[in-house]
Amino acid sequence: MMQPIKTIALSFAAVLLAGQAFAGATLDGIKANDSLRCGVSGSLAGFSLPDSQGVMQGLDADVCRAVAAAILGDSEKVEFVPLSAQQRFTALQSGEVDLLSRNTTWTLTRDTSLGLDFTGVTFYDGQGFMVPTSLGVSSVSELDGAAVCVQTGTTTEKNLTDFFRATGMSFQPVVFEGFEESVTAFINGRCDAYTTDASGLASIRVSNVSNPDDYVILPEIISKEPLGPVVRNDDGEMFDVVRWTVFAMLNAEEAGITSENIDSFKGSEDPNIARIMGDEPGMGTAMGIDDTWAYNVISQVGNYGEVFERNVGASTPLGFQRGINALWTQGGLMYGPPIR
Amino acid sequence: MTIQHQSSDVQAAAPARAAFYNDPTVRAIFWQVVVCGAVLALIGYLVSNALDNLARQNIASGFAFLDLPAGFAIGEGMIDYDPSNTYLRAIVLGVLNTIKVAVAGIIFATIIGVIVGVARLSPNWLVARFATVYIEALRNVPLLLQLFFWYALLVEALPIAREAYGPIMGFYLSNRGLNVPLPDDIGFVFPLVGLLLAIAGSVWLYRRNKRIHDATGETPNTIVPVLIMLVVFPFLGWVAGGFPTAFDTPELKGFSFNGGGVVSAEFMALWLGLTLYTASFIAEIVRSGIQAVTKGQWEAAGALGLRRGQILRFVVLPQALRVIIPPTTSQYLNLTKNSSLAVAIGYPDIVSIAGTTLNQTGQAIEGIAIIMAVYLTLSLSISAFMNWYNKKIALVDR
Ligand SMILES: N[C@@H](CCC(=O)N[C@@H](CS)C(=O)NCC(=O)O)C(=O)O
Repeated sequence: MMQPIKTIALSFAAVLLAGQAFAGATLDGIKANDSLRCGVSGSLAGFSLPDSQGVMQGLDADVCRAVAAAILGDSEKVEFVPLSAQQRFTALQSGEVDLLSRNTTWTLTRDTSLGLDFTGVTFYDGQGFMVPTSLGVSSVSELDGAAVCVQTGTTTEKNLTDFFRATGMSFQPVVFEGFEESVTAFINGRCDAYTTDASGLASIRVSNVSNPDDYVILPEIISKEPLGPVVRNDDGEMFDVVRWTVFAMLNAEEAGITSENIDSFKGSEDPNIARIMGDEPGMGTAMGIDDTWAYNVISQVGNYGEVFERNVGASTPLGFQRGINALWTQGGLMYGPPIR
Repeated sequence: MTIQHQSSDVQAAAPARAAFYNDPTVRAIFWQVVVCGAVLALIGYLVSNALDNLARQNIASGFAFLDLPAGFAIGEGMIDYDPSNTYLRAIVLGVLNTIKVAVAGIIFATIIGVIVGVARLSPNWLVARFATVYIEALRNVPLLLQLFFWYALLVEALPIAREAYGPIMGFYLSNRGLNVPLPDDIGFVFPLVGLLLAIAGSVWLYRRNKRIHDATGETPNTIVPVLIMLVVFPFLGWVAGGFPTAFDTPELKGFSFNGGGVVSAEFMALWLGLTLYTASFIAEIVRSGIQAVTKGQWEAAGALGLRRGQILRFVVLPQALRVIIPPTTSQYLNLTKNSSLAVAIGYPDIVSIAGTTLNQTGQAIEGIAIIMAVYLTLSLSISAFMNWYNKKIALVDR
């Protein structure tokens, strides 16, 4: 009679204890360290690449900064950890990094079988091909029999196979572990084509080759590559913080709030803006962070549009148009649910 | 004296007096059981702990994925494979690629190693210096760098496929690799059988003549009949096969070569790098093995009127071999394990393919376990073979 009750009580306690140990473990750890360890690529111009001062620059890097600003109130409290495509998930699973913001495609398998969760999309991308201009190829349908250089540990490898199988063309994959090696082999002419996310191609074209005009990116996009930040799925609070940090940046852009003008919105009558500014209590404490989190993100890092233009936009070497990455109000896919 | 006395005393009395737990044999067994038990328990704990953690973090585990379609293409392999095949088949392909480069590497590293090792002791100053420079240069540069070097050299120095060198007798050389014509007629089996027969016959003849030589001191001619066999047998086979001539020759079509076979640039670079690097170590082993044979052996053999080459072949190397084999075995193991650097230069070895598998399925632990099991099996097989060979050599000892 006593035994079962005791057992149930004990296991209940165990579940409770374990539960307590887990909920917020990542978030608490970040606060205790007063620093966010963020996994990035570290070699992809426009997304994460150290500048001449050694400061990590790029859209992915700025997402890390925004999350640090939301949790710690300071966008500079980030420790960037460069990860190869192959290493990234293990590094996140094992707790080597708290957040993965590394041009990573959201797929069902990754979301369900890795013990990880994708928090949303920061850049809608798709896979393309790049060829030397001298090859005289203008469409992927002319690539039958081509040797294609590709980096391992990416969605790219499988898309490539799927695409050639679907079109009934043949190809020879040459697969490298390292990004640099794969690009070098392509530049040296080992492969006829290089394939990865279109953003990656553009970035290689402007920062890895000596003359961008020697290479063309073919017009066809063969896959959907929604890139976004990833967290472990043992910490619901961390998940919420990362997801809403990106939403806050989208909502700020929609409301016309930028890092420059944000202070002029102080004391705004508009309740939607007041909540972003942290003037209305409860929006941060619900996630275990400060109520001024969104204000910190926008004032220190900027809204989504600013971050986009600064790193990959029309005025940068990459020169991307907003396209599908525009706000929903501009005909794009970027939509931030209400902060309310 | 006293000690001896005491010990015999103890020996005589021990069975009667000592309790079983003082018996050294029992104790030894006891401790071995305890240690083994502890190790097994620890392993069991770690495994179950890992499984628990994986389950709690919602990470998939188990080997069920091996039966799923792999879905990725592989650049080269010795068995038929296409992306709709299973992960298991992809992994087998990777293992075969690893074995291919390891076997080719071991054979050539041994040949080059022996030549360079002997050359290093050559009385010819230039030859000896050259061997020294070779050894020091290759032994002291990290292998990964050498692989990058060879790969870059091949890919950059050779022309692209459309401007390939050739065809020379159907062969093309480009930065894709070496494209070779392959026999394309079942009739070619006959000359192949002829060649195998010729080789078998040569081995038999060599043994027979050696026996005669050992018994009588006479030296029947071996070379001439061997050469004759090597030419005549395949020719007879060719005739028997109905004079097959059809070859599947590579042909440039669009971007790449169609038909024939190919030795890829990745394979060549990896094989070159592994061979030359390991050969430099084997050369040193061979040199030290030769030097381990006492000078008296050289002098005695010299006094019998043998020339330098003969002394090496008949007197010194057979003795040196016993010093050379064990460390050479570990060089073979090193070469095999070093082939795992393949992924750096795009050769689809087991590490590369298991890596892709691991990344697509998310099952890191299983992937790594497969890689470890493969290398362990390969290494133990090589060791077993070399130990057998070593024993065989040792028995010939006179
Ligand atoms: N979005 C794809 C590809 C991401 C990826 O790793 N791309 C490569 C090629 S652009 C890269 O960023 N490499 C940089 C590195 O390994 O440092 C994925 O999530 O699998």
